[in-house]
Order: sequence, then C-alpha cells, then structure tokens
Amino acid sequence: MSKRDFDVIGKGVTRKDGPKKVKGEHEFADDLQFPMMLHGRIKRSDIGHGRIVRIDTSRAEALTGVKAVLIGAETPIKYGIVPQMPTEYALAHEKVRFYGEPVAAVAAVDAETAEQALDLIEIEYEALPVYTTPEEAMAEGAVKIHADNRFPGNIAYEADQNFGDVDEAFRNSHYVLEKTFKTSYVNHAFMEPHCAVSKFDTNGELFIWSTTQVPHYLHRHLSKVLQMEMNRIHVKVTGVGGAFGGKGEVSNNELISALLARKAGRPVKVLYSRKDVFLQHRGRHPIEMRVKVGVDKDGMITAIDYDGTMDGGSYGGWGLVILFYTAAMLHLPYDVKNVRFNARRIYTNKPTCGAMRGLGGVQPRFALESLLDQIAIDIGMNPYELKKRNAIGLSHETVSGQVVRHCEFRKCLDQAVELSGYKEKHGKLPFGKGIGLAGGYYISGTAYTLYMAYKPHSSAMIRVDNESGVTVYCGATDIGQGSDTVLGMMAAEKFGLPFESVHVVSGDTSLAPFDLGTFASRVTVAAGSAVCKAADNIMEKIMPVAAIQLGVRPGQLEARNGKIFSVFEPGKEIDFWKVVEKYIDAHGPLTATGDYTPPRRTGNFKGANIGHSPTYGFSAQCTEVDIDTETGEVRIVRVTEAGDCGQPINPVSVEGQVEGSIVMGMGQALFEEIKVGKDGRLLNPSLHDYKIPTMADVPELRTTFVDSYDPDSPFGAKEAGEGPIQPVIPAIFNAVYDAIGVRFTEMPITPEKVLQALDAKKKQEGKGR
Amino acid sequence: MKKLIKLEINGENFDVAISPAAYLIDVIRETVGLSGTKKGCGVGDCGACTVLIDGRPTLSCITLAVACAGKAITTIEGLSRGSELHPVQRAFIDKGAVQCGFCTPGMVLSSKALLDENPHPSQDEIKTALAGNLCRCTGYAKIIEAVEHAGRLLSGEGCDEQA
Repeated sequence: MSKRDFDVIGKGVTRKDGPKKVKGEHEFADDLQFPMMLHGRIKRSDIGHGRIVRIDTSRAEALTGVKAVLIGAETPIKYGIVPQMPTEYALAHEKVRFYGEPVAAVAAVDAETAEQALDLIEIEYEALPVYTTPEEAMAEGAVKIHADNRFPGNIAYEADQNFGDVDEAFRNSHYVLEKTFKTSYVNHAFMEPHCAVSKFDTNGELFIWSTTQVPHYLHRHLSKVLQMEMNRIHVKVTGVGGAFGGKGEVSNNELISALLARKAGRPVKVLYSRKDVFLQHRGRHPIEMRVKVGVDKDGMITAIDYDGTMDGGSYGGWGLVILFYTAAMLHLPYDVKNVRFNARRIYTNKPTCGAMRGLGGVQPRFALESLLDQIAIDIGMNPYELKKRNAIGLSHETVSGQVVRHCEFRKCLDQAVELSGYKEKHGKLPFGKGIGLAGGYYISGTAYTLYMAYKPHSSAMIRVDNESGVTVYCGATDIGQGSDTVLGMMAAEKFGLPFESVHVVSGDTSLAPFDLGTFASRVTVAAGSAVCKAADNIMEKIMPVAAIQLGVRPGQLEARNGKIFSVFEPGKEIDFWKVVEKYIDAHGPLTATGDYTPPRRTGNFKGANIGHSPTYGFSAQCTEVDIDTETGEVRIVRVTEAGDCGQPINPVSVEGQVEGSIVMGMGQALFEEIKVGKDGRLLNPSLHDYKIPTMADVPELRTTFVDSYDPDSPFGAKEAGEGPIQPVIPAIFNAVYDAIGVRFTEMPITPEKVLQALDAKKKQEGKGR
Repeated sequence: MKKLIKLEINGENFDVAISPAAYLIDVIRETVGLSGTKKGCGVGDCGACTVLIDGRPTLSCITLAVACAGKAITTIEGLSRGSELHPVQRAFIDKGAVQCGFCTPGMVLSSKALLDENPHPSQDEIKTALAGNLCRCTGYAKIIEAVEHAGRLLSGEGCDEQA
C-alpha cells in the first residue's frame, strides 16, 4: 500500500461516540438495569496469607433479601490468562494469598442487603507469614504461596537470555556504568470501576455485559469456570471507561456475577468500589533492576547486562508474558550486539501485578535511558549525540532476532531536540531548572494466542447493501481510544465514502467475528489489516460489475467521493451505490471477510517467541522541569514529544493517546505509589490517597509527529497508545539530573526525596572543599 | 423508613420515596433512572458524579438527596435540548476532549458552571476550576482547549473557526 492523498485517513472526523458521551448517553455496564436484577457483593479476606479453615454462610443465607451465597469450594476451577499456568480462582479456594482477596459472594435484592449479608459470613483462617517484598518471599524457609509452584523461593518464573559475549565486550569497553533502579507499585486508575452483569435466558444460555478489553478471553474463561460450552455464552462489551491494561484479563467480578446469576436464577450485577479496583489491580510490576552498560570511546554501546526481580503479587496473571517482554524490550531502539538478561518474577502477598500501558517497556526504558544519559555526561558527550549514534536506522534486526521493518526513531530524536531547543538548554540552565531527553518504542500489531491456535488474530466481516449501508463487524474492542472510529475510517477510505456512512459493530462475541482483544497496541495494525482486506475483497467483487457498466477494465477503476470511475477517463463514472445495487441484483448479498495474523517468528532460546511484532512505533521526548529547591517539588514545565506512529489515521485521537500517556507517566515518575502495610493491607486504595495527576498538574504539551509511513501497514499506520509513555519517566529523571545534579534511581521523585538529596549533596560538596 | 420528597431535576419535578441516608447520585441513577451521572469512586474524590445544584457544581455521591429538595438540580441530561448540543458539549467533541467518556458528563458540567461565571477564563483559571474532575485518558490538554473554545462559542465568537 503506498502513500497518497487520502480523503478520510489523516483527516479529523467526529467520533460517532462523541455526541453520546458528552450527553451521558454512552452506556456503561453499571447503567444497565434488568427486571428482577440482583446486586452482588464480595466478602474479602482480612488477612494477607492463610489457610481457610471454616466458612459459615448460614446467617447470611437467612437474611431477608439474600438470594444466593457463593464460596470458593463451589467453584474450585483454576484459571489464568496464560492457560498453561492457571493460578487463580473466582473465589479463594482453600487458602487466601493477599489481604482483600475475594472469599465469598452474595447476591441480594439491593446493594445494602448484600453488604449487610457480607458481615454475617464467618470465616476462620489459619494465618501464614505475609511476604510483602520479593526479598521476604525468596528468603530461605519461606512458605510457598502456591504449593504447586515448581520453582523454589516463590519464583513464579525466571528468564535467562544471553546474546553475544557480554563479559568480553565489557572488558573491551572504554567506559562502563552500573546502577540499580527501582520502580514503583502503581495502578491504572481508570475512571470507571469494573462492572459486569450476567443473565441466563430461558434456554440456559449466558449473556454477560462487561467492561472488558478482552471479550474473547472472558468467553474462554467463563466456559472453563462455569463448565459450559462456549456456544452457549454471549459476551457483550459495554462502554469501557478507561482500561490501560487493567481490564485486559478476566476480573473476579465477571466470573462471580455469572456464578451468582446461575445460582440465584436471576440477573446479577457485580460492581466494584474504588477499593475493589485497587484490590483487583493488575498494575505495573515494581522491578528492582541492576543494569550495566558499556560504551566505546565514540559512545557506541558495547554491551548491556540486566538483572531484575519483579514483584508479581499473589497470582500469575499476565506476569510470565511480561517477564519475557521485559527481556525483549531491553535494548531497542538502539543497536546493541551483546545483551544479557537475567530476571525472575516473584509471588508476594499483594494484589496481582499485570499489564499496564506500555508493559515490558516502561521499567527497562527508565533504567536504560537514565544510564545512557549519565554515560554521555560522564564521557563528555551530549546525550542526544550518544543516543543518535546508537539509534537503529530505517530497518533493523536485533541480536535476539526481532525484525523492525520500519523505524523513524532518528527523526524523532532530531525533531524533539530541535523543537525543544534541547542542545541550547541542556547543561546550561540555571540551578533548579533542567531539560531531559529520552527515547522509546513499542510493539504494534502483535499478540500471542496464549493457547495453541493457528486461527487469525483478527478477523472482520463487511456487509454492504442499499438498505443498511456499510457495516463493519469486527471483534476488536473500543476502550475509549477510538478504535471503532479508526476501523470505520479505513473502510470509508477504501470504498471512497464519507466516514459517517460506515457503521462499526464491535466487541460482541455473538455478532462480530473473532479478535484477540485490545492490548499490546495491536488493534490499528491487526484489526485494521483485517478490515482493509475485507474491504478489498468487497471491491474485488463489485469492480467487475462497475467495469461492465462503464465499458472499461476493472483494473483501471478507483472509488472516491461516492463514485467508481476510470483513472484514465474520469468522465466514465458510476455511483458507488448503483454498483452495489447491480451486484446484489445479480449475485445476492454483498459480504466479504478479511483476516490478519502477524508473521510467526521465533528463535532458539526460551521466550524467543515473545517480543516479535510486525511493526513498531517510536518516540522521543524532551522534558523541562523547574524544581522548587525550598519545598522539593518537581514541576514539569513543558514536554515536547516527536512520535513515529506511521501515518496517523485520526490525528486528534493520536494526540489524545500521546497526551494521556505523558500525563500518566508523569504521575508514576512524581507521585503515584500504592503503599502496603506489613500485614499486606493496602494503605491508600482510594483516589484521595493514591494521587493521580489532576488538570492543575498539566504542563505545556507539544505533541508532534515525524513524517512516517510504514508501507506494509494499513494506510501506513503504527501504534500510538503505548509507545509515547516509554520515554516519559526517564526524560523527567534526566531533566531532574540536569536541574540539580542528582541522579535519582527510584520512583517516584517525591519532594521529600528531592530535599534529602539536596541536603546530602550540600554535605558532600562541603566535605569536598 | 423511606421519605417522600420532591426533587426538581432538569426542570421537571420527581416525587421520589427515598431513605434519608440516600445519596443524590443513587437517587438520580437508580430511582429516577438518569444514568448520565457517573460514579467513579463514591466518596467525592474523582468528580465523575458532578451535577449542578442551583448552578453550582456539586459532588452528588457525597450529597444527601433529602438536602436537595427545593433546589434546581441539573444533570448532564438537562444540558442539551433534544439533539441540539450545548456549546460546551459541542466544544468537547470538536476539540477531541472525549475519549472513554466516563469523566465527560462531570467535566462538561463543571466547565459549564465555570463559563457561566467567567466567560473567558485563563488557562490557570480553567485548571483551578476543573482540578477536582479527574480524567485518566486525555492528559487534560484537549479538555482545556475545549473549555477555551466553548467560551468563544458561548460569546458568539469563533463560529467561523475550523473545528
């Protein structure tokens, strides 16, 4: 597909869900009401780790208005998003592994009655030691959090990859720097709490409405846990009020609502409180990383050595996949020949970590981009110069065999540096003010079918007729990022029709053909490719009809502005809908399908299939900070982002992804952190005590794109939702170093830490004199 | 014991039988059935539940419904007339200030209340007025632009401006 002037792609269109959303008419799961619907609530453990000795639900069952009470022993089927390693239950079975784990559930006529009933459930535990850090969980003699875990020391999984000769490369390096970095325990903090409504129809088929990114995985899990055939389960995605990965695996409330609905024989809604959202968690893994980087005298990276311990929390979740993603994302977007990765994910007695925007990339980018900044300064080179020299070119194959088919990272560096005045400012601003540069990248279009399957990752069906117009059916899920709009725009462009005339039906396992779900920035490329192929197949059917009508060859026809015309004789044209009518008159219904599977690649080492992607998005950011040296507050003044997302399909939405990423990253860099007590209790599970950025924190955001077009992607597009968060944190840390000369290696940079560091620096300088 | 009270919502009177402990958001959503007002935290931290009471933005999840009798309550459903959007709503769409849409109703109402008082707010005034409405999707930049744009639309300026 080559670049040309488009009529719809790259132009601003009004999202069809926009008017509904500004009027409050967009339907979220909690907005659904059914006759006789019950409300489910969850009894959670009040210890951090222990065996369940006895549960007595009799008093709860006797309460007027209670219609069903459920405990883990009734549903002892393990599940997990990685099906080879199922670790979780809908309700804790035999033991609890974190403070606040679901143990029992009640469905009652209203929420108050259900909550009252929870207090009547008696649970006796035999307490076990609570491990809130990997260090405690790995200590000799520690109790196994999962008895059937095959690894010692509560290691959930470990990875060990080695490319080139790292030790030899370090021996021959001009300069080597090693530091230990720590990242924090952060939550997605999307605005809409999880909610699911389940309803069995008269024939015993289950309908579930839920706010999920992964209707297909929910479908599979429901089938497993409820022991029902998949064809008797219908998953319908409601409005999704933000997700960022947090709704990217099955949530307990979904299974519990279905189980309670079956037991009570009535529809059941299970809505989470904000505290429940923090307990469901699946946020970013805290990682302690020891990272070592060597360079030669020209600043070219010779080797990278990484040793990391991930705090996984109590269950498996996406953890295994994220462990290997972290390996895969260690060294790009730089060309490095010698790379070693040793890491492990540890079970601890805390809410489970999982997928969060930019998973696998954010932590190693923080370490790498910080180290490269420091190395450049230490060897007397501008960090931009060092990064530019090491940046990969237009295409690249990594030492681990990942193929980057299209990359404009160098342009990103140039543009961010140029627009921000980085070269003029870095190292030259007054004390307290600083500028930092960082780069990043992310996969785009890939996903692993976590179970063995060869079916396409995305599929789409398009139906065109004179009554309903164009309808695109696709299993992709719009979680607020605007994928329905993007897919509709692609179909409109293909047919030469206005965007408004295309309808998109998505996120429904009964109506739309299969798609893996919305995660790993896969939708625009994967589902987009499927939609484009389906549209091409429609055109292939109708062009011969148009050709006969016009008396020309089909090959010279093009569709634009509602017409099909000969590119050689534009006067020879026919209305698009006339051709559709003629086709249907002669052949019957006009439908076509399309599908997409990313190229399968692997290698001869463990985890080799993870990290490959058909294409990748890149970005660079220059961030300016102003530090109040009296209070220690770090204020972000301006962020200049230059992104390579290929051709932006809907530019205003892409900017929205970038800006949302920057502000989310800011939160993690400066103040977000879940605090955990010694007993495993969360100390700040509310939006009052867990601070996310407000409008008052927002800096000036300069969101720009570099000229880019990936010819093998649908309309040249690549990801934009997760790449732009990669540079945010290290750019801030590098700016802080530039401002006050302190190299922070631990998130978040709170005012206390800044003041302590300034104090220590003063003392150190005093000694030096 | 439930109490029968009269609530004026979007200019219409509703007789509702409610517990004196019932919060306004639950009465609006469950009893009256207007689901445009959203509950993001239930304890007054996030602003998604914002409604206007006598024109002032109020967190309906920490406001007792009984305390609202005799007052004019405006929810998001009361802002537009039929299919015609209020200029603040128009501006949010035109400037791309909407992503998932969950914070949007509260954000739109807080913006309207600000513009009613101060038709041409500075960026800092917008940031101060809307700092209580959390959004995790947009990074706020386009919301700020939308409020500025809405101010221009409301005063009859900017009609020729390209969206």
